[in-house]
Amino acid sequence: MTSYNGPAHYGFAERWLPRLVLAPSLVLTVVFVYGFILWNGYLSFTRSRLLPNYEWVGTAQYLALFENERWWVAVHNLVIFGGLFIGGAMAMGILLAVLLDQKVRQEGALRTIYLYPMALSFIVTGTAWKWMLNPGLGLEKLMHDWGFTNFTFDWLVNPDMSIYTVVIAGIWQSSGFVMALFLAGLRGIDDSIIKAAQIDGASLPRIYWKIVLPALRPVFFSTLMILAHIAIKSFDLVMALTGGGPGFSSDVPATFMYSMAFTRGQMGVGAASATMMLMTVAAIVVPYLYSELRGSRHG
Amino acid sequence: MQVLRTTLCAAAMAAAFTAHAAEVEVLHWWTSGGEAKAAAELKKMLEAKGHKWKDFAVAGGAGENAMTALKTRVVSGNPPTAAQIKGPAIQEWGEEGVLASIDDVAKKEGWDKLLPPVVANVMKYKGSYVAVPVNVHRVNWLWVNPELLKKAKAKVPTTLDEFFATAEALKKAGVQPVAYGGQPWQDATVFESVVLGVGGVDFYRKSLVQLDQNSLKSPTMVKALETFKRIKPYTDKNAPGREWNLATAMVINGKAAMQFMGDWAKGEFLAAGKVPGKDFLCVAVPGTATAFTFNIDSFAMFKLPNKDAEKGEKDFASAVMSPQFQEVFNLNKGSIPVRAGMNMAKFDACGQQSAKDFAAASQKSALVPSMAHGMAVHSATQGAIYDVVSQFWNDDRMSARQAADKLAAAAKVR
Repeated sequence: MTSYNGPAHYGFAERWLPRLVLAPSLVLTVVFVYGFILWNGYLSFTRSRLLPNYEWVGTAQYLALFENERWWVAVHNLVIFGGLFIGGAMAMGILLAVLLDQKVRQEGALRTIYLYPMALSFIVTGTAWKWMLNPGLGLEKLMHDWGFTNFTFDWLVNPDMSIYTVVIAGIWQSSGFVMALFLAGLRGIDDSIIKAAQIDGASLPRIYWKIVLPALRPVFFSTLMILAHIAIKSFDLVMALTGGGPGFSSDVPATFMYSMAFTRGQMGVGAASATMMLMTVAAIVVPYLYSELRGSRHG
Repeated sequence: MQVLRTTLCAAAMAAAFTAHAAEVEVLHWWTSGGEAKAAAELKKMLEAKGHKWKDFAVAGGAGENAMTALKTRVVSGNPPTAAQIKGPAIQEWGEEGVLASIDDVAKKEGWDKLLPPVVANVMKYKGSYVAVPVNVHRVNWLWVNPELLKKAKAKVPTTLDEFFATAEALKKAGVQPVAYGGQPWQDATVFESVVLGVGGVDFYRKSLVQLDQNSLKSPTMVKALETFKRIKPYTDKNAPGREWNLATAMVINGKAAMQFMGDWAKGEFLAAGKVPGKDFLCVAVPGTATAFTFNIDSFAMFKLPNKDAEKGEKDFASAVMSPQFQEVFNLNKGSIPVRAGMNMAKFDACGQQSAKDFAAASQKSALVPSMAHGMAVHSATQGAIYDVVSQFWNDDRMSARQAADKLAAAAKVR
């Protein structure tokens, strides 16, 4: 298309039509995504309480945020949840993908079974796991009913462990999806490389470890991106599973932001915490985008 | 900035609303059966006065969703006629400068005489009425399953010491003594009742209403916290996160003997076909018989664009305060009328008891606002107190002394 040089009036249309078509969505995105990000950033420096208020107070809201014990519990939980959730879902997903890649029978059916949790929303996942993990209703009761009366699994109601139940439900939900991504990546690898390695006498685990997985680097990074942002924005899963409790022991920054901004009339603190979350995302995304863009320029 | 605010929010709103003259639009979350019936009654009364009722019901989340919807409407410069707002939140909205005075209706109908002064003060911003009360809930109730108590040969407790004796007897008899829902607001509900029981009315007022630092750190508060924590061994392991109505169901079904909860719990008993005084008992939280922790629902009035709309607003306020509405609504809701001198004949035993205690407590100035239900302190402070109370309840390593110091720090959050 681009190599074709038509008459002048056609060139005008060709040059402007795509821009014209894209303009509305560009404007919408700029206003409703970036505009609101700027607005939120501005609010975090104001005395906003119940409603937006434009009186400038400097960094007071950030100071209030950093003095808030609950915020640090939320951050701490995010680190635990983010690390274990991303690591766990990734490990489970890769394992499932590698196992499924062994030319097993009924692969299509198995794939559907593994992928199915992804079709459920986090709300459903959270509610279902809430029942399964509830000591009086789920696993613990089942074990007691089977005669294992010493069995205890009360993480859901234990303030020290509640965040780990969120990790379990999160991994259950997302590892099928990771599997699908990796399986697609695995299928994209040229068979001849693997055959060559087999002829050289490399064992199967060694082939995966040294050849296949390194070749999946791009898949690895896109999966990391997706899981990282799921972890940071995770709100529905926590709300449905633990409600942030017991107490506020399984609070994460997203639930913290919601309760400050919308239920407690501390919009400024909420805006400050939202800005901090944005900064966290930026700290991950910006270096990644930088390395990707630089890579494509050189390659 | 005003321009930016208006444009952004007008754009953000999904739908555009237009106000017509004398159209009464009321934001509320009365969406359950009995409540919806009561709202329909209000609609009839306003239509009789020639106004058009426009329902703006937002279900769910104990009004959280409704508050979010309301904020959008107000920020975009298009508030409803009135919205269900209660307690110090009325002051917070007042500070935003969006509430309208309804002093002339209040003066004409003599609200100052009909309402106890503590209640009237909640409805006023800078001395003039901006809100109309709908009902009174008593928070310091203990709901008891008498059959289980009989089984354990325990008596209905009237003091906190008796309460723990009863709980111990129940536990020995193999009965779950306390039905408990481990959500922050429920923790706070039990906590404030215990504070009232341990410290009395004056201490409650000083610590949880006036947020006096010395009271919050005092030995009395430490004792109240210890007493509160003593209840925990009598609750079950599955309590964390349990909804209040599920806890009430435990008392109804005989799985647990007692529950600390406000009188909205009565609705659950009645819906299950139980008879007050026979199948279940409503008694004041041990040690708080003469006091009354109130939770009052109310409607705050917004500044409106024209005279017709203001007329509708005033008629609405007057209808809400009318004896007819107060009776119908509260019969359906399980609460009692806020208006003095109402005939309580149609109410059940718990309602009559509540009304009697309300009047008596009002006389002795033993009416106190509920901290847990947003009647006493600003929402930011309330939230900070919730955090401490819940943390203390759930964390067995925290001492009552530490919790008291944290409470004092939380009280400074404004």
